[in-house]
Order: sequence, then structure tokens, then C-alpha cells
Amino acid sequence: MIRTEELLLNVGPQHPSTHGVFRIIVKLDGEVIKEAIPVMGYLHRGTEKLAENLNYTQIIPYTDRMDYVSAMTSNYVLCHAVETLMGLEIPERADFMRLIVMELQRVASHLVWWGTYLLDIGAMSPFLYAFRDREIIIDLFNELCGARLTYNYMRVGGVKWDAPEGWIDKVREFIPYMETKLVEYDNLVSGNEIFLARIKNVGQYDAQTAIDYGLSGANLRCTGVDWDLRKVKPYSLYNRFEFDVPLGKRGDCFDRYLIRLEEIRQSLRILKQAVEQFPSSGDTMGKVPRVIRPPAGEVYVSIESPRGEIGCHIVSKGKAEPYRLKFRRPSFVNLQILPKLLVGETMTNLITILGGIDIVVGEVDC
Amino acid sequence: MGSWLDETLTWGNTLIFALWGIILLVLVLGFVTYAIYFERKVIGWMQLRIGPNRVGPLGLLQTVADITKLLIKEDTIPRKADRVLFILAPALAYVPAFGVLAVIPYTNELYFADINVGLLYYVALSGITTIAIVLGGWASNNKYALLGGMRSAAQMISYEVPLVISVVGVIMVSGTMNLRSIGEQQGDWFWQWNFLPQIIGFVVFIIAAVSELNRTPFDLPEAESELVAGYHVEYSGFRFAFFMLTEYVYVYAIAALTTVLFLGGWHAPLAFLDFVPGIIWFLLKFAFIVFFLFWLRATMPRIRIDQLMGMGWKVLLPLAILNVFITAVYLELFIKG
Repeated sequence: MIRTEELLLNVGPQHPSTHGVFRIIVKLDGEVIKEAIPVMGYLHRGTEKLAENLNYTQIIPYTDRMDYVSAMTSNYVLCHAVETLMGLEIPERADFMRLIVMELQRVASHLVWWGTYLLDIGAMSPFLYAFRDREIIIDLFNELCGARLTYNYMRVGGVKWDAPEGWIDKVREFIPYMETKLVEYDNLVSGNEIFLARIKNVGQYDAQTAIDYGLSGANLRCTGVDWDLRKVKPYSLYNRFEFDVPLGKRGDCFDRYLIRLEEIRQSLRILKQAVEQFPSSGDTMGKVPRVIRPPAGEVYVSIESPRGEIGCHIVSKGKAEPYRLKFRRPSFVNLQILPKLLVGETMTNLITILGGIDIVVGEVDC
Repeated sequence: MGSWLDETLTWGNTLIFALWGIILLVLVLGFVTYAIYFERKVIGWMQLRIGPNRVGPLGLLQTVADITKLLIKEDTIPRKADRVLFILAPALAYVPAFGVLAVIPYTNELYFADINVGLLYYVALSGITTIAIVLGGWASNNKYALLGGMRSAAQMISYEVPLVISVVGVIMVSGTMNLRSIGEQQGDWFWQWNFLPQIIGFVVFIIAAVSELNRTPFDLPEAESELVAGYHVEYSGFRFAFFMLTEYVYVYAIAALTTVLFLGGWHAPLAFLDFVPGIIWFLLKFAFIVFFLFWLRATMPRIRIDQLMGMGWKVLLPLAILNVFITAVYLELFIKG
């Protein structure tokens, strides 16, 4: 008999495919994973604790740095929570601006995911194509608020800056451009035999498991559960627009891939309607007291970020600072299922599955 | 050149042989330098980038700068590594890579060794490089390197076999293993080249060859997104340079071999074009295959190790054997009879 032993392999925090400083300790038998233990916290900054000593406007830049691939949605969830607690009315134009930037952000975020996922799978070119198209969105945001990644764009009661001259037209021009590029993406990647062989039936789970693990976003919808907070609990202006929620059947990485690509299309559809209905004039800030002091009480709001349900729970004691602030971060919650999915898989599938979950480490660790 | 090889071995002749060897080495190093530049440029263009353009005119000296940097880097050996094997592995990888080039004919007159079992020599010698890769992976005492090395071993076993069997058809048609004769026997029209009558063998050969080269989509031993850098993760400086050199010398070797075996070697694609010297045709076909390999890299994702093995054993090997069978039947019915 040959004596064999398990190989303890440390993947990360400095590993090219863990999307940041995320670490997994895997026990390998050959290339087959026997056990996987995720280790988090390498990017922990204590956002929630820091927030207890900051007033609400000061917290907004911190939310930028949670999910840095999708900062607009994080901005929104905090502002939305405070507004709900205070019962503030948002001017229509501001709401439109918020919706447009959030949907653009969803497209940009899914593009980053698409590019890096293919990079994980070994195809290098799609990454650069995705970033070419994301660049246009980033430039639009740059024009709007002067930042390319951490926008600090929204405020309690509205948005900080109105759309500059011609900005809406640029968004309008971007939509057909992106639609043609999506066709190009499909032609290049979605039918590639190697790609399909790599991701079909990999990382499969059923709807009940997904719900048990608290998954949300594409990770939940890939199993066929129709749960999109934009439809289920409409916030902002989403109930004014027509769009579909793409659903999967098999619950594997391929379904997650298709859903995210389809979500880009649906976001473009929403954007198309939004730029048509965009009010030609109006305020971008509502009537907000100089110092924001929400009444004592609690509130939990959740919205659909590109990664899933992002929630914000505020406990207020009537002061300018929150007594306690808690973010439900979809990356962190979705990651829970990882150890279960990895058992029995190969090293290669570790990367495929981890990439398919779509985490942003800034949000995992917060 | 052929006449020299038959002469008796005197001091003068040995010197001439050594000189030719050095000329080949310089040629190959020149090829590697500009193949890397070419690869980076081609992939750059395909990926909406510019590619190297800073060092020298049009970035032509970029690779020179890169190699210089590697050569003057500190030579590090991990403390827990197996020193002897760690040092041996890069050299062991490179020597067969250069050795196989000896049997490749460029035209009917220009070749460096005229061996009757040239093809067998090529296949046998190129297998040694895999041992060096496994050795390098194992000696590094690094888990990622070990996984890369093991993958390389598995991949080599799965793909060397279909590779060899896919060229059996060519050998049967030509009736020789001498690469010069194989090249010579293909006609002056492109449909007389081996790639059309041996289309199955050709396809199997190309797939197995890309796999042998460890290039995308079969670059599993160094899969950077999974194994960081695979077998050479602990190598730096000129030892790393040697591994990279080996890889590109094999690109040269496989491209030349494919040209000779399947693409008619130095023959013009249309008979009336044969006023162009054979070496030009050889270089054109050669360059196309090199370009094809780079093109693949810009397009394909990476295949998974179990799928790779499955494809090698369940698809390529039966296809290669089928090709041998079809060729045998064809020869028996139409040529011999």
C-alpha cells in the first residue's frame, strides 16, 4: 500500500483569483478538495463601528468602499434607510438620477464580473473588452460626480450633483452601443465549447439550499426562485418601468452566467425607459434639515444590488449619529455556501465556483 | 549541406559542425526574442492594447530588456528546495528542446541532421522536457509547483500518445520517418500536402501539439488563475528564463514540424509559384502556425484537467487510431493493389 496523505493548500490572501485578499484553506486529495475553510477579515475596516461616530452624510463615503465595484447601490441603501426613517420625500428628478446611476452601475458591475470571471477561466481577452465598455460608464460617472470608483454621489434627500448638460443624451447613446457589444460577447464566449464544459453543471444547488443559505441575487435566481427586490419590494421608481427578472433552472455556474448577462440587457431596458421619462427640470435635493437627526427608532431597508440583497439596518436614538448601523452585505452572505459547494470539486472548479458567486472582498469584510 | 554530414570526422569538420550548431542556436534565440515580441504585439492588438512600444524603435528591444533584467536578477533558491534537482531542472528542460531542432529540414538542401528515424528522435527527445517540468515542480518544495508538475506529467502521458499515433498515418503514406523525405514527397500543389489526405491526423496532431506546448487552452501546468504560476512559481532570474526559453523553442520546433509533416514543407502551394525560393514558403507557413498559436491564446479559455485527460484518451486517441486504420485501408486498396 502506498501511504497517501492530504495536502493542505493555502489559497490566498495573495492569490490572483480570489478577487482581492480572500483566503481559503483547502485540504486536497490529489486535486480533489476534501474540505475548504474560508478565512475572511483581511480587508476588515470596521465600517459599521466607525459609522457610530459619524453623522449620516459622513457615512456615505464609507459605503462607497464596501462594494467598490458597485458603489452607487451602497450609497443608495444608506440614504434610503435614513430617508425611510425620517419619512423624507425625494424630488422626482433626484429619484430618476438615482435610478439611472444605479442601473448604469449594475451594468458596469456585471461587466467587471464577466471580464474577471473569464480571466479566472483562462480567457484573457474578454476582460479587456469588458473594461473597454465599462470605461464608458465610468466616464459618465466621472462627469457626473468627479470620481471613477468611489462616487459619494447620493445624499440623504437626493443627489449631490445634477446631470450636466448633455449627460442624459450620452446615456441614451450608450444603450444601443452596449446592446451591440452584448451580441459580440455572446458570439465570442457564450457558445465556446471549452467555456461551456468548464461551467455547465458546476457548483450546482437547488432552490431550497439556496434559501437555507440565505443566498440572494443571481445566486438565488439561478435556481429558479423569482426574487428580485426591484419587483418584490419596489423601491425608488422601479414600479414605473417594465423589465423582466431572468431566472435559471439548473442552479449551476452557467445559469448564473446567463442571468448576469441577461440582467445587463434588462438594465439597459430600464435605462431606455428612464431616459425617455426623465423630467426636464426639477430639484435634485429635497427639503432636508441642516443637521440630519432621524427620530428614535429602527429601520431596515433592502435593495437589489448587482450581487444580491444589500440591506441597511439603522438603530437611531434621535442623535446625528446612528446608535448602531448594520449592513447586510450580499457578498458575505452568499459566500456562506462556498465550503459546501467546494467539497468533492477539483482545484480548478474552486476558482470557477468562487468566481461564479461573485464576491467583492471589500463588501465581504466591510 | 548534406554532403558535409557524410564526411569523415576530422578536427576541421568538427569545428564546422560546432559552428553550424552555434548558428542554429543564435537563430533560435533570435526567433524566441521576436516571437515573444510578436506574441505580445499580436495579443495586444487583439485585446485593444498597443503592446510593447517603449524600448527601442517600435518596442523591438523589449524582449532584450526583459531578458537582461532576468539575467541580472538575484539568483534565489528556496531554502527547503532540493538544490541539485532545482538547478538541474531548467537545463534539463532546455537541452532536449534545442536537441530536437537538429532533425528539422528547412529546405531540401538546408538541414542540420539527416536521420532516418528523425520523427521518432523528435518525439522521444521532447518527452524528456516533461521530466524536467515535473522535476522542477517537485524540487521547488512548493505545493502549487508540485500540482503544476503533476498536471504536466498527466498531460504529457495523455497527449504524447495521440501525438505519436497521429503522425503514424503520415509515416505510412510517406514510407519513411526521415523528415526531409517526408517534406520532399509532398507535391507542388497544396492538395498534395499531407494535411488534406491526413485531415484527421492533422487535427489530432494540432490539438495534441498545442497541449504538448502547454499553451492556451491547454496551459494547465502553469494555469496562472489557479496555480499562480504552476511548476515555475519558485523560479526566478535566468532559471526562469530557461523555462520560458524552452517553451518558445518548442513553439519553434512544433511550428517547423507541422510545416514539414503536414503543410508541404518548402513546397509552393501552387506549382507555378515555385520560382519563389523554398525557404520563403517554409518561413511563411511556419510564421502562420506561430501566429495561429498566439491567436488561440487570445481567444480560448482554459480547459479543465479532467476534461483534458478525457479528451486525450476518449477522443484524440481513438481518432488517431481510426486515422491509422483508414490510411492502412486506403494504402492497401488503392496504392498497393
